[in-house]
Amino acid sequence: MALLEVENLKVEFPTRKGVLTAVDSVSFSVEQGEILGVVGESGAGKSMTGAAVIGLLEPPGRIGGGQIRLDGKRIDNLPPSEMRKVRGRHIGAIFQDPLTSLNPLFTVGEQLVETIRTHLPMSAADARKRAIEWLAEVGIPAPDKRFDQYPHQFSGGMRQRVVIALALCAEPRLIIADEPTTALDVSVQAQIIALLKRVCRERNAAVILVTHDMGVIAETADRVAVMYAGRLAEIGPVAQVLQKPSHPYTAGLMGSIPRIGPRPDRLIQIEGSMPRLTDIPKGCAFNPRCPKVFANCHHNPARTAADRRWCGRLSALRRGDAMNAMPTSLKTADNRTLLSVKGLKKHFAMTKPFLNRLIEKEEPQSVKAVDGLDLDIPRGQTLSLVGESGCGKSTVARLIMGLSTPSGGNITFDGIDISRAPAGSPAAVRQRMQMIFQDPYASLNPRWRVRDIIAEPLRTYGLSGSREEERREVDRLLEFVGLNAKDGDKFPHEFSGGQRQRISIARAISTKPEFLVCDEPTSALDVSVQAQILNLMREMQRELGLTYLFISHDLAVVNFMSDWIGVMYLGRLVEVAPAAELFNNPQHPYTRLLLDTIPDLGMSKRDRTPAAGEVPNPISPPPGCHFNPRCPLANDRCRSEAPVLRAYANGGRVSCHAAEEGRGPAIVPAGMEHSTQTAP
Amino acid sequence: MSDTSFTGRLRSFADSDLFYSFRRSKTTVIASIALALLVFLAVFAPVISPHNPFDIAGLNLLDSELPPSWQEGGNPAYLLGTDTQARDVLSSLLYGLRISLLVGFASVILAAVLGVFLGLVGGFVGGIADAIIMRIADVLLSFPAILVALLINGVMRGILPANQQDSAAIVVLVLSIGLTNWVQYARTVRGSTLVERQREYVQAARTIGVGPLRIMLTHIMPNVLGPVLVLATINLGMAVLTEATLSFLGVGMPATQPSLGTLIRVGNEYLFSGIWWVVIFPSATLAVLVLAVNLIGDWLRDALNPKLR
Repeated sequence: MALLEVENLKVEFPTRKGVLTAVDSVSFSVEQGEILGVVGESGAGKSMTGAAVIGLLEPPGRIGGGQIRLDGKRIDNLPPSEMRKVRGRHIGAIFQDPLTSLNPLFTVGEQLVETIRTHLPMSAADARKRAIEWLAEVGIPAPDKRFDQYPHQFSGGMRQRVVIALALCAEPRLIIADEPTTALDVSVQAQIIALLKRVCRERNAAVILVTHDMGVIAETADRVAVMYAGRLAEIGPVAQVLQKPSHPYTAGLMGSIPRIGPRPDRLIQIEGSMPRLTDIPKGCAFNPRCPKVFANCHHNPARTAADRRWCGRLSALRRGDAMNAMPTSLKTADNRTLLSVKGLKKHFAMTKPFLNRLIEKEEPQSVKAVDGLDLDIPRGQTLSLVGESGCGKSTVARLIMGLSTPSGGNITFDGIDISRAPAGSPAAVRQRMQMIFQDPYASLNPRWRVRDIIAEPLRTYGLSGSREEERREVDRLLEFVGLNAKDGDKFPHEFSGGQRQRISIARAISTKPEFLVCDEPTSALDVSVQAQILNLMREMQRELGLTYLFISHDLAVVNFMSDWIGVMYLGRLVEVAPAAELFNNPQHPYTRLLLDTIPDLGMSKRDRTPAAGEVPNPISPPPGCHFNPRCPLANDRCRSEAPVLRAYANGGRVSCHAAEEGRGPAIVPAGMEHSTQTAP
Repeated sequence: MSDTSFTGRLRSFADSDLFYSFRRSKTTVIASIALALLVFLAVFAPVISPHNPFDIAGLNLLDSELPPSWQEGGNPAYLLGTDTQARDVLSSLLYGLRISLLVGFASVILAAVLGVFLGLVGGFVGGIADAIIMRIADVLLSFPAILVALLINGVMRGILPANQQDSAAIVVLVLSIGLTNWVQYARTVRGSTLVERQREYVQAARTIGVGPLRIMLTHIMPNVLGPVLVLATINLGMAVLTEATLSFLGVGMPATQPSLGTLIRVGNEYLFSGIWWVVIFPSATLAVLVLAVNLIGDWLRDALNPKLR
């Protein structure tokens, strides 16, 4: 008998406009010791499913039908007092944000001991011993000292380790992990995944791993359930689902994920976006977006019990139909530099109040968000900046756009110095450069109609002409970015995230700029929508000859978009190289670390050794090369002397003593190994 | 969804969450009916009131101190009785309500306009402008509102020549109440402005090259007005009360042009001689008015707060 059985689960939300069904007829089971991945885009109902299993649905949400059985006993209809005994003891939970899942007023030790003693008959002393063992188990150094510390004394990754210890310390047999790595930096993500996997294997605990990240699933899960609009689309062994998906949605989803390796001209894209709960289509919920739709799909989807696949079609969409691997060579037509940055610096002073300064006489501290950056972006090409959070990549974008003033250095656009010019001036230059922002929900004024939002740059620069001309221009822009001219009269809240980002793009290109700064333009979007936006941006570049500065933390996305890639670490550029070179032949140890964190969709079961450590506090970065505490190649010179960017053979530049001295091992980076396997 | 015609907007309002929560709250519906009735009575006072209390020729001292019509000795012509000058209490009450509401609305509008503007400037410009505005606000807040209103009132009366004081009384009251109450608006708007100016749509406008004044007025202001509406509603009750207090203290509306507060003050003197109706009816009206406004304000605050929905 399976450990957990979920049968025809239905989760409902009563609202005044009727009852919304957030999860509908979901059935699956989890065996002892198995890791089941539940994957889907936002709104797919995956977190809701997890919450229903553990009995933590937010009211007014309720289980509207079906059964949940743990060890054969129903737990979906237990009274809250009984459910509390199941929770923690039999089912543990790990949530997304390690900042909020620990109580800041108690030491981590107290929280562990409390959990252990609530569920296991144990004396306080034994519980303390057990708690320290657990801290050691999840990789907290010096656990007996850390036991008495408060959560704020732990870094983000360390906190998530404590959360894992908390979830496991009462020895539950099932763990529900809801996006356990989403709030963490990529290099820490890999550590946490490896830890979760090892600890659960050793204790034979089953895991339901809820995530939107296919990479995490590929690395971790035994089986995977793909959810769409509150229903299961497909469930099966992870290799089968990811590599030979049988549901068209899974196939589209896999194809829309950018990968490392030769870059295609387009990503596979699924048109449209996930329906809202208020208007889920009849029949197969995916049918309006499905490329293989046929008459039956508009009625109930056929349910094929044998291969656990919920699609009316028997033939599956072959993955990679449109993914013609076409490595694009560097464009050579026009290599003149459009934007040039020299020695750019931005230091944020941490000023204390006047009286404190007077009395305490402390040296004023400053955060060096950007510390001496040199960049040249050739016309018509894309340069991407990558790095973990806090490395200063967004600050560079803001400095270039004039949203903040540099503390030092120069920015020249087409030969014109704009280093100290505020945003929007001089108008003649600024209308040639525009920006696309990260959050499509915050970057459009909620009180304005879309037409006015798109026309605003035109009006500001006096390019709009007559009302009729302006109207026609806005219609043209809307259609260019794949929206309908009618949409101009709507308000932003009537659009989905992807559509909003299209509006944002239409606004950015309305003044016919030559240069676009894109600050994480797709990181707030679901993968299938991300593919649409990335494709649109590539098309725009081809058709309008745009130059991009593209900022992202996602290396696979960067690979799809870039000609050049710059890697930043704590305000400094550590390596900049042509995209293919950077992936094939990374010089800087940090670049290698980043490449190694890319989850492996190719299922090669490559044994990744997650990089140790986390990004240090930017107020007091380590002396010498900032990366030296995490670097396997560091020596005394690295710890005292900051390296400078030097050109190396293949057109790139790197700032690393080890690379310069030839100390670095000439390893083939992991990034390329599997790209050759996955590219069809 | 985006039907721009009037009926279309009306329909989408009738369908909105706000209207739904309005309909569900019986208290608010009753309060709104009461307020609408009072506003109607005040606006049409000259048409509705049975007598003109300011027409001295129409007064007959023989009719003075008549009790309400349903009491022994009452006269059906004077529904709520008459005062010591033989003025009809109902008519004076309607005219007084008119003045009270006028002062209330005008001073709330003055306070809101001033407060929103200063809050926007403080939050958006920051620096010295912000420091000056907010320190003035702190100073005003450290005294009881009625004291500040009395001060401003006294200063203005000192400036005005004596023969103009009665005719300018309304303006003086509106200014003294308005100049006291802008602080809350300024603080609220400044707070939301600090949040909004960091939002990406404001940065997008900056990268486009939109000037600061335009950003303030066209981008930020529409997004910070929600809480102002709630404040204004709650403040309307406060403003009416402040006016009544000032008038009761004798520094508000003169007896020749009475507001509810003046009526209460005048009537109060006769309370112990048994002529209770001169003071009770204006007081009850004032109480109902302020209660209705506050109930609507409370509901609006909850209805517009997404956390309480």
